Amino acid sequence: MRFMVMVKATEDSEAGVMPSEKLLAAMGKYNEELVKAGVMLAGEGLQPSSKGKRVKFSGAKRTVIDGPFTETKELIAGFWLWQVRSMDEAIEWVKRCPNPFEEGESEIEIRQVFEADDFGAEFTPELREQEERLRKQMTAK
Amino acid sequence: MTATETHRAIDAVWRIESPRLIAGLARIVRDVGIAEDLAQDALVAALEQWPESGVPDNPGAWLMATAKHRAIDHFRRNTRLDRKHEELGREIEAKELTVPDLNAALDDNIGDDLLRLVFVSCHPVLSTEARTALTLRLLGGLTTEEIARAFLVPEPTIAQRIVRAKRTLTKERVPFEVPRGAELSARLSSVLEVLYLIFNEGYSATAGDDWMRPTLCEEALRLGRVLAELAPSEPEVHGLVALMEIQASRSRARVSPSGEPILLFDQNRAHWDRLLIRRGLAALDRARNLGGERGPYTLQAAIAACHARALTPEATDWPRIVALYDELAQMTPSPIVELNRAVAVGMAAGPQAGLALVDALAEETSLENYHLLPSVRGDLLGKLGRFDEARAEFDRAASLTRNVRERELLLARSRQCAGRSTSSAN
Repeated sequence: MRFMVMVKATEDSEAGVMPSEKLLAAMGKYNEELVKAGVMLAGEGLQPSSKGKRVKFSGAKRTVIDGPFTETKELIAGFWLWQVRSMDEAIEWVKRCPNPFEEGESEIEIRQVFEADDFGAEFTPELREQEERLRKQMTAK
Repeated sequence: MTATETHRAIDAVWRIESPRLIAGLARIVRDVGIAEDLAQDALVAALEQWPESGVPDNPGAWLMATAKHRAIDHFRRNTRLDRKHEELGREIEAKELTVPDLNAALDDNIGDDLLRLVFVSCHPVLSTEARTALTLRLLGGLTTEEIARAFLVPEPTIAQRIVRAKRTLTKERVPFEVPRGAELSARLSSVLEVLYLIFNEGYSATAGDDWMRPTLCEEALRLGRVLAELAPSEPEVHGLVALMEIQASRSRARVSPSGEPILLFDQNRAHWDRLLIRRGLAALDRARNLGGERGPYTLQAAIAACHARALTPEATDWPRIVALYDELAQMTPSPIVELNRAVAVGMAAGPQAGLALVDALAEETSLENYHLLPSVRGDLLGKLGRFDEARAEFDRAASLTRNVRERELLLARSRQCAGRSTSSAN
């Protein structure tokens, strides 16, 4: 299963403060580990929201809003797309990540990506069995 | 953290750490079976202690240190202790446990150890089934139950397969090392074969199957990606990864919501996973950049890439696909490759040229009961307007396939031919 792992923005990231060399090295090593473990599918760092835009939808109307956006903690500064076998495994990998803002406070959010199968989440074993039965009946004809 | 949460965390740590743990231990004790037992002992210790003490900051190092202590105990306790074991015990104690930074010492070797474990798990002294089960167990960190469910086999069968495989490795004194020189390429193809087999087992899963089966695709892909980093200079490893990435990119598009298979040309290409395609093409580039003659996986990946690059079926570069099949047929000649080549030629140079190649396969005994031969022939005949003959071929194909959905599809095509046949109109 896939997870999107989002590094939340901080005042520093929003101010465009670049990470220290030490952090860059630690992050580089961490990314390398993710690749070696076959976990990382993709990952990017994002520019501050001051360079971003939002398009607001209101019925048929669209309005473009310029950054920066104020609610810093809800913004994201970067993301990975991972392939792991469970949420617990994703958590375990996130715990191993260097603090993205070194001594400061920061947060990483993990969200599972919908897969084709997930649309069958409501598909209980009973329903599945029922479908199997139907299929057998159909082929018997 | 509640006890359940801790158990789930331990489970996740185990999945991440167990291959490295087993690989590191196997280097020390020189026996994959003992290495796995020791790793399991460390897991049991974690299950006992972590709910009380909490998960340590570096769980991997904790497991390794614990397993090494167990290794020493194991050698000491063993009453039939031979000199070699005694020496080994002392050696571990001296070398491994006095190293101030155990982790750093381990990290240096861990990639090599993992690669050794890959080669040993896929060693030719083992049957293909044994290699597959052992690889999923030792490198995938899957439980026996999970492997059994994935392969639709009873659990004791898999358990026994794994026990026997480990015993064989000990009995045959298979060295814990990466093969060199001339042996390397044969051994590597054994590894790649196992990964591709796991992938295909998952890829052939159908709707309603146990969810563990499709998981095999992900696991094979993951192991392939790991192997690509362990052996980055082997073009065929990247070739296989490319092939699996591109095939996996179509998984959402290849089955209809009601479970019918959808042929490549009828698939909604908007449902193809662009991320996996991009990764597949990148892996193919890595294989190409290493130079040398293209191996069978790289060639198959290059063919898959031709389809992946085409945004519509009409945009497919058939002459290029034919050229790639020509190369593949020269390298690994087989009736199946030939049949695929015939399809490509039929698309590139017209149905008549394709039919000539298919007809040349008519005497091929290995394809006697292969439904795709009459199916392809029927398709080409239909394109040539020879509907009566085409219909007979589709009927024959339908009688040969064991897949119900495929049979329905073939019978539908037969009916289509009947409708267009001149003789049936009379």
